[in-house]
Formats: sequence, structure tokens, C-alpha cells
Amino acid sequence: MWRAGSVGAGPAHPVPRYRRPVTQPAEPTAFTPAYFDAATAAPLHPVAAQALQAAYADGWCDPARLYTRARRAAQLLEGSRAAVAEVLAVRLDEVFFAPNGTVAADTAVAGLAAGRARTGAAVVHSAVEHSAVLHAAAAHGAPVPVPVDGYGRLDLGRWRAAVAAPGVALAALISASHEVGTLQPVAEAAAAARDAGVPLYVDAAASLGRVPVPGGWSVLTASARKWGGPPGVGLLVVRRGTRWQPPYPRDERERGTAPGALHLPGVVAAAAALRAAAAEAAAEDARLRALVDRVRAAVAATVPDTVVVGDPVDRLPHVVTFSCLYVDGEALLLALDRRGFAVSSGSACTASTLRPSHVLEAMGVLSHGNVRLSLHRETTEAEVDRFLAEVPGVVAALRAEAGAVGL
Amino acid sequence: MTAPPPPAAPDGGDGVPVLDCLGQRCPLPVIALARAVAALPAGARVRILADDPAAANDIAAWCRMRGHTLTAAAPPSFTVRRD
Repeated sequence: MWRAGSVGAGPAHPVPRYRRPVTQPAEPTAFTPAYFDAATAAPLHPVAAQALQAAYADGWCDPARLYTRARRAAQLLEGSRAAVAEVLAVRLDEVFFAPNGTVAADTAVAGLAAGRARTGAAVVHSAVEHSAVLHAAAAHGAPVPVPVDGYGRLDLGRWRAAVAAPGVALAALISASHEVGTLQPVAEAAAAARDAGVPLYVDAAASLGRVPVPGGWSVLTASARKWGGPPGVGLLVVRRGTRWQPPYPRDERERGTAPGALHLPGVVAAAAALRAAAAEAAAEDARLRALVDRVRAAVAATVPDTVVVGDPVDRLPHVVTFSCLYVDGEALLLALDRRGFAVSSGSACTASTLRPSHVLEAMGVLSHGNVRLSLHRETTEAEVDRFLAEVPGVVAALRAEAGAVGL
Repeated sequence: MTAPPPPAAPDGGDGVPVLDCLGQRCPLPVIALARAVAALPAGARVRILADDPAAANDIAAWCRMRGHTLTAAAPPSFTVRRD
């Protein structure tokens, strides 16, 4: 940071107008930094990196134009669509790309709300949806939240009653909690929605490329950066026969489902990454599930007064969340960062709103001192072991600093 | 003109000691509550005033983790009984 000098200014010691930034002496780095935030954005899959580079050379033209290079771009776009359609076992004309996961979620809700406006405005959703879906529900309809249990799993009885009520435009359910990892009963929720004649929108961002997503939905969205694709690519799938109205002008770009030109190299890389992730999913599931089991057991055993949250079994393979009593979440996140661990937190102090995670609140679990680890294909056993060796000391030091010892 | 009613006693008039943590961010109110409850005999209560957005959730979660009872919750006021 450039700073104007002012302290100690005097004629004998003229102060320069600005000072060169002083580089901090490098801390001894006996460790390799470990990235544990794949549920926000996974590292780019190697095939995505290759595809991105190739597509920047070959696929930067507008696929809607008619000349040879544009037709080559269009081929890349349609090839990407076909790859996604195959992974999801849907038709080509049901797959659309979006500028990112948030726009895809908003488009999904807006399109269903518009298509079903004559039926009603209610948007039934679980209390643990991603904030993008909560915002979309409030913007395009009248939200009707359905509670979850202490593991963060949907209350199916309340869901059935909510979707069967009159005036429901759509129901929205996250496939699995991105914050605590608990899988949602998508198949049962879809059956209830179908019985009520209500279309179901599934936000599959946390699951796609990692675990199978049950069918029965009308609209599905996801985000490429969660499965190892590049940031800035969303996925929107609308099953045929769904009363869904595209919110954007119905021009040549994704038939009104996207607000303008797509980032085609990103789309190509996203599709390549999804295909690769799906092919590796079973092996990665077993490997990461074992690492998460180890984290769950070790944290519970070695960090006193800590709750490991979410379903221990029926969960995503790569996500683990825990809350440490008497610890400030932001301080914990930053202390771990100094030890080379990138994690996220649902604690209030880490959010711009200063509100705790609505997911942790809906579950009724401790929200301060919260840490989420989300692992990925590059995560090693050694990284996880180093985390487990260091986390008890980090937490103990923060508690000592806060005078919260022996409580 | 009648005199304005006297301000309500901070303890609600029921003799329960009050811990004022208004303006404190979590986990500070929960730490203060843990200290106060540790000093109480079993069955006694303490009332904590905490307006942090996480307080309602985290005070209830703390009570469950520690086996105490949240006897009243009317944010920003929470009454906890040591069990």
C-alpha cells in the first residue's frame, strides 16, 4: 500500500511524499498451502485448462454468425451442449448455458414464476437454499420457506403440505446443502411436487459432477466452477413440457435464456470439466468421503467444545462443517489462513451482512466459530493430516486470547 | 397531565440478574453468559441482553450443548436457567 508519510515530519527529516511499500519478511513456509474451499470454487480441472486454451484459439467467434469461423464456434458450443446433455441424460434442446450459477438460478425461478403466473405466486422452498435462490424467490414470487431438521434435511411432511396448497407457482429444493453437505430427499420431494402438479426446480450446484442427482425435476441449475470448470459459466436445464417463460429477448442467444453473448471458451472448458468430473466421480467420492470421515472423527475427538454439523452419512463426499464454541469465526478463518489453509465460514462476522448463515440458523446449530472445509481432486491426505494436527492448537490459542478457557 | 410511567426495571422486576451485552458481537455474549452461568447455583437464572444477529441462535445452541435451559427468549432479552 502506498502511504503518504506524515508521522515525524520535520525540516531535519524531510518526509517523502510517499514511501515504497515495505515487503514483509517472508514467514517461514514449512508448509504448502492447502485449498479447502472447493464448494465455493474448485481448482480448474486440467482438461478444462486445456480446453480453455484451445477454445481461446479456436472458439472466440460469435457462434451466431454465418462465416466459417463462426460455424466452428457454433460447433464447439453444440458439442459442449451435447456433453452436458449426456452427463445429465437429458435432451440437447433442454440444456442452456448461463453467465454464472447465480444468473442461472434467477433465470430458473423467474421463468417458472412467469410461466405459472396464472396459478399463483408462491415459491415453496427449503429453508437451506442458496442465497441466490432465496433472492430469486423474493424477487419473482412470494417465498414460502419449509423448515429442516438438525442435520439440515428437509421436513418432507411440511413440504408436502406446502406444495399442495393452492397458488403455488413452483417449488425449489437444493440437491444437497453446500454449507453442511447434507443430501436432500430430492426424489421424495419431486414426487410430492408432481402429485400437486407443481414444477420442481433443483439447484444442483453442490452435487453436479460429484454425486448423482435424482430425477423428477422440471428445471435444474448448476455452476461450472463448483465442478472444476472455469468461473463465469452457469448451467440451466429445462425439461420439455415445462411451463417456463424465458426472461430475456428471444434472440439467437440460448433462445432467451441468457442475457446476451456467452463466454464460449468458458462454456467449452466447463463441459469438458463436467465430463471429466463425472467420469472420476465414483473414485473421488470414495477417496474424499474417507478424508471427510477422518476430519469429522478427529475434530470431534481433538477439539473440545466443537460440534460437527450436518448428516454424518447421507451427505456430499467432499464437505465438512464444524462450529467451535467461544471462537470468533473470522478470527478462526484468518488464523487458519496464516497457517496456509483456505476455508470458508458461515459465521456472522465473516458475512458482509454480519448475519450468521441462514443454513446454520435453520438447523439451530451453533453459528459462531464456524468453519467449512470442502475438498477436491487435488486434496491430499497429507494436507488433511496437517490441518488436523494444527486445528486444535489454533482453536485453543483463540480461546485463550478471548479469555474463554475453562467455561 | 399524568407523570410518565417509571422505566421498567432492567431485570423486569423479577430479581433475575441482568447481563448487558448489547452491542457486543458473537461470540462475546455467549462467553459472558458462560461465565455468568458458571457462577450461578443450580436452578438460578440469569437474563442476558444481546442484540447481535447471531445471539438468538447461538444462545439457544449453547444451552443445548451445555445442558442448561433457555426459559424465555424475546430478543434482545434471553433468560437462562442453570440446570
